[in-house]
Amino acid sequence: MASTTAMPPPLRAGASNRFLRVVMNHLATVAAVGSTILVMAPLIAIFFYLLVKGASSLNFAFFTQVPKPVGEMGGGMANSILGSGILLAIASLMGVPIGIAGGIYIAEYGRNKRLANMVRFTADVLNGVPSIVMGIAIYTLIVVPQKHFSALAGGVALGIMMIPTITRTTEEMLLMVPLNVREAALGLGVPNWRAVLSITLRTASPGVITGCMLAFARVAGETAPLLFTAFGNQFWSTSVNQPIAALPLQIFVYALSPYDEWHRLAWAGALVLIVLIVVSVALVRYVAGRGVLKGAS
Amino acid sequence: MAGQADVTQRTESSSTPGAEPALSPVRAYLLNCGSSSLADRAFGILMLLCALSIFAIVLLILIELISGSKLSIQKFGIPFFFGSAWDPINGNFGALPFIYGTVVSSILALIIAVPLAVGVAIFLTEMCPAWLRGFLAFFTELLAAIPSVVYGLWAIFVLIPLLRQYVNPLLIKTLGWSGIFAGPNYGIGMFAAGVILSIMILPIISSLTREVMSAVPHAQREAVLALGATRWEMIRMGVLRNARIGIVGAVILGLGRALGETMAVTMVIGNRPEIVRSLLAPAYSMASVIANEFSEASDELYLSALIEIGLALFIVTIIVNALARVLVWAVTRGAPVRGT
Amino acid sequence: MGVEIDVSDLNAWYGTNHTLQSISLKIPANHATALIGPSGCGKSTFVRCLNRMHETNPIGRVTGTVRVGPTDIYAQASPVEIRRRIGMVFQRPNPFPTMSIYDNVASGLRLNGFRNRKILDEVVERSLQQAALWDEVKSDLKKKSGASLSGGQQQRLCIARALAVDPEVMLMDEPASALDPVSTAKIEDLIFQLKSQYTIVIVTHNMQQAARVAENTGFFLNGKLVEFDATHKIFTNPTDKRTEDYITGRFG
Repeated sequence: MASTTAMPPPLRAGASNRFLRVVMNHLATVAAVGSTILVMAPLIAIFFYLLVKGASSLNFAFFTQVPKPVGEMGGGMANSILGSGILLAIASLMGVPIGIAGGIYIAEYGRNKRLANMVRFTADVLNGVPSIVMGIAIYTLIVVPQKHFSALAGGVALGIMMIPTITRTTEEMLLMVPLNVREAALGLGVPNWRAVLSITLRTASPGVITGCMLAFARVAGETAPLLFTAFGNQFWSTSVNQPIAALPLQIFVYALSPYDEWHRLAWAGALVLIVLIVVSVALVRYVAGRGVLKGAS
Repeated sequence: MAGQADVTQRTESSSTPGAEPALSPVRAYLLNCGSSSLADRAFGILMLLCALSIFAIVLLILIELISGSKLSIQKFGIPFFFGSAWDPINGNFGALPFIYGTVVSSILALIIAVPLAVGVAIFLTEMCPAWLRGFLAFFTELLAAIPSVVYGLWAIFVLIPLLRQYVNPLLIKTLGWSGIFAGPNYGIGMFAAGVILSIMILPIISSLTREVMSAVPHAQREAVLALGATRWEMIRMGVLRNARIGIVGAVILGLGRALGETMAVTMVIGNRPEIVRSLLAPAYSMASVIANEFSEASDELYLSALIEIGLALFIVTIIVNALARVLVWAVTRGAPVRGT
Repeated sequence: MGVEIDVSDLNAWYGTNHTLQSISLKIPANHATALIGPSGCGKSTFVRCLNRMHETNPIGRVTGTVRVGPTDIYAQASPVEIRRRIGMVFQRPNPFPTMSIYDNVASGLRLNGFRNRKILDEVVERSLQQAALWDEVKSDLKKKSGASLSGGQQQRLCIARALAVDPEVMLMDEPASALDPVSTAKIEDLIFQLKSQYTIVIVTHNMQQAARVAENTGFFLNGKLVEFDATHKIFTNPTDKRTEDYITGRFG
């Protein structure tokens, strides 16, 4: 793409014009700083409000008890936490291997090929599709034939959301492995598949794992695709073929309810989700900053 | 051509462990390993299939959505998107109120978010000291990752009361004459949805704009400065001008996100399928009606109408996102885009 | 136990760039052969054609015949078997960063499925001794990572790794160019020790190095093999004028 350095309008020398330009410069600085403060201050405030409100609502019972009947104090969201755990396990089982394999393909086999570019582009576009649409698709695919909501349907819906994300991050990380290291493996007469798995993937594994964590944290907070797949469950359930509770889903229900006690639980649940997010984002930055490939020339 | 060095060609070994002219165990093993071409080919095919799964997912969604909305498409046809009656009891469905709600709330969000996001991006890229930049960038990434339902929770208990008590009365007093801010002040409604959406899409637009601005080569900045430009002029002519395609892409990406945003909007928009002039009135978006009414849809036609709305949402967001990606790619040259 | 390498009418391309033009020569067994020439003359490409590494580049292409011992290496489809018989040491040391010293040396065998622990231990020790690295690392073979060694040690580790699979040929693409003089001297000593057991081909831009270690030398220029002869003859009484110009430093 041609860099368009179109000639700027003549910067006329002239006292008044210069004065105006300096004023404009300062105004621009003020505007930029101002918008940053206007944006960052409330956002930081939101963040800490969430932390504080959540922390004050959190107690041990939150993690160990199921919700009490309406009107009673106490109770927790243990079933939602477990439910989210089960859903995420199913999603990861599906999303992580397929996602990593897809990333391996576009990084190792498809370097300049059109197919790889199309996969990359489609994955990016898929990441922007509203997650509720995934829920609809899985509803018609799994829930309708089975005639009931299930953890399986919810897990699959989350799993297909993980695939494009993990494919892209895996590709990014694999591309960072220097050619030098790959050539060393090939030069030894190691079969290509072995070189990719045991050398390239292994060298990039810190980055690949954190990419998976990022996808994991992202789907952990998703509510919309679960609305009519996992559906939610007031009681303790571990069955894959039954509706199941999930943390974000429960937060949604509790937030809209008229009961203060349930509101408290919603805040506590929100804090748990946020902590998960913060840990993953921080971890990703740490790994990326440290250099995935310590020691590799 | 090459002369031959005087060398007798012997091929016996004299150095391998075992010290006999036979093959060492290592060499013997490796010679027997055989070609791995079968395993390599199988591996390549397996990886390819997994990569193709991305396309399979898109196809799957499309097929399921189309088959699910067939009933509604056959009954209502194109007028479905222009009808404003949403009457489940009598089986009369029109999607216009939801389209209106989605579009207006998204545009409102863009109006609020874009100037601010670009301002933040300019500050972070061109003016911010290095130590502060790291923190703010990390924070922006964090905010982009917070789940929608958590934003919604905050909106219900903090934003809505704030709007209802302080902001809305002010808007009614100053702009009430236009009819855009009029009527009962519930707090929830189109305006609240627009505000929470703007908060949610701001980090994305800002991050992407920053990336696009950083991709402008330093030579461009230096060329303008060398002509005696002030810093703002350098930003305007050297950076923004070159990055403008990418910035448009960032804005469109933000739009795409706003169009599909479900949970936070559902929690504050008011859930009334009516097209009203005032932004303070309750409204309804495409994603919200699906979220609220899908599991309660009592008959086939009802469900099919909702799925058709989902299909429309899917197609629109795909187009918008594809457009955005193409524009951003044009500026950053296809480098993978983080965090979006 | 080295083998002769017989190259006949070898041509190589990078895309449309005709990098090697009709190269023919015989590299004798159990000797060291040096390849010299200015930057970009094709000597590295040539060496990479000997173990079919050139084709790992998506736009690389080769025609012609290369015989390693009795085998025509381009006659079969899979290059993997060939590469097990030919060891390669690269310009910049490239030990596997996630593996210990032991694992690095054993990798050529392990990654091909070799499991016998006792033999692996022997092979690792023997290879490290051949590479003159054993004494320096023997106490923390499994604890230290391959990447934590100095540059010279890393390169010797790579040599040990290549030797562990008991190859018939050792290809070295400017093995000492990224190293300090002391490490370079150590590597040259190594080559001296090894050349009676293997066929060694070493690419170098350092003519003194070629004179020190190799019995035969080939001079490449612009993708062609200009002259190939005994080292002492190349450096004292070359046949071709271009060789003489290069040796005397008129270019390159």
